[in-house]
Amino acid sequence: MSTKTIAGVEVNLNDEGYMEDASQWTKEIGTEIANEEGIELTEKHFEVIEFIRNKVAAGEGLTIRGIGKSGVVNAKEFYGLFPGAPLKKATKISGVPKPTSCI
Amino acid sequence: MKKLLILGAGTAGTMMANKMRKVLPRSDWDITIVDQYKTHYYQPGFLFIPFGIYNERDVIKPKSDFFPVGVNVIFSEIEKVEAEQNRVMLADGVSLKYDYLIIATGTRTAPEETDGLKGNLWYKDIFDFYTIEGAVALAKHFKTWKGGKLVVNITELPYKCPVAPLEFVFFADAFFTERGLRDKVDITYVTPLPGAFTKPRATKMLGELLEQKNINIVPDYNIMEVDNENKKIVDFGGKEIPFDCLVTIPTNLGADFVEASGLGDDMNFVKTDKFTLQQVDHENIFVIGDAANIPTSKAGSVAHFAAEILEENLLCAIEGRELTAKFDGHANCYIETGYGKGTLIDFNYDTEPLPGSFPFPGLGPFGLLKVTRTNHYGKLLFRWIYWHILLKGKDMPIESEMQMAGKKL
Repeated sequence: MSTKTIAGVEVNLNDEGYMEDASQWTKEIGTEIANEEGIELTEKHFEVIEFIRNKVAAGEGLTIRGIGKSGVVNAKEFYGLFPGAPLKKATKISGVPKPTSCI
Repeated sequence: MKKLLILGAGTAGTMMANKMRKVLPRSDWDITIVDQYKTHYYQPGFLFIPFGIYNERDVIKPKSDFFPVGVNVIFSEIEKVEAEQNRVMLADGVSLKYDYLIIATGTRTAPEETDGLKGNLWYKDIFDFYTIEGAVALAKHFKTWKGGKLVVNITELPYKCPVAPLEFVFFADAFFTERGLRDKVDITYVTPLPGAFTKPRATKMLGELLEQKNINIVPDYNIMEVDNENKKIVDFGGKEIPFDCLVTIPTNLGADFVEASGLGDDMNFVKTDKFTLQQVDHENIFVIGDAANIPTSKAGSVAHFAAEILEENLLCAIEGRELTAKFDGHANCYIETGYGKGTLIDFNYDTEPLPGSFPFPGLGPFGLLKVTRTNHYGKLLFRWIYWHILLKGKDMPIESEMQMAGKKL
């Protein structure tokens, strides 16, 4: 765990750079983490972030299928917004824990 | 007369019918089990069929061989659970009342969920091995296949028997080596996971095995569609992987009636308390096996360990007591690695697969996260255990709760 000042707020990050406390998150923090990931956030990004944060707050799991069926974006658009590993990047930017995959 | 109704007569449902018939007096309790199919498949055997180790006859028996005396059996499709009325509607208009319901309807492969998967090449150059039809068709295909790009692709999580695709590529390596074709067969393992498996130590061990066997791995890959014309798969990010033979692990979904009944998640797996195995909204409905959305492997071993927990909790519920048994998510998987050897993993909700010996600390005879001959024989022996002990709900000398003794941290 480490502490870092992002957008003027001191936040705790885990070893992979995910925020430990989702309640500390602000749009400014999200924007700055996104920049580090090489993504410039648009309105559409924030709609997806809001969906993700609401899901996590409700204690529900996140999957690409679930986000693709959210009505906010489809899976392909989700990849377009967060290229490469969308679920990992989107959760990091949203200030929520990295989803664990169990099989 | 009170009624216990079991939906699904696969591994989990059959075990529960046998267990509950022993403990619920016949004078007070009617037990009924419902399934749409009459054949019981030994599903762990499907993996062996494409490589000619087993054939269809080795994995098939009538379901009726495994039901205990004193259980009513109905072969019918299930339409809907009407939980508020404590009633199940069957496809032929029959309705069944229950006091307690066990849902054990498993999961099915749904290739139709991926565009192009069931296109022109289905069962010509594209196969699954999680169905008897797919496994048999692939066995036939491999008999005359001259080699090329063999791509094994996991569509999405969760899918049943999570180690089977790895075993498949290990077997394929050995199979084509023995036929003198290995230099003509390029094997690629394409997975949505970030590595060969989920947890660090098993991922490392299995990842190294893939490397040793010269099997390529493409991680973090979420397939969008199959391009039949150009014989390639494409993911949502646009990454293309060409194939000559595609072996798919299609999307897994729960039974359709789960959706119609409003009991499940977006993949039709029943929303289940991961500790008590009770359906989250209904106290008299319990769930076991692949049908449940609990965060552990979809595998027969999990159903087996959960069966003891479910028996205890169902009796608690019937007697109006607090549910005392708590499932730990225990899974135990033999992994064939080819050439008459295998490895073994043992884990639960909280503890990742660790190296060591199983089931007896220090003695084994099975080695955890080690490649040994004994592990392979354990897997072969298991087919006999499955038909004769496990399905009949008899006790095995393995604790349902995962043990730490014999493991190295």
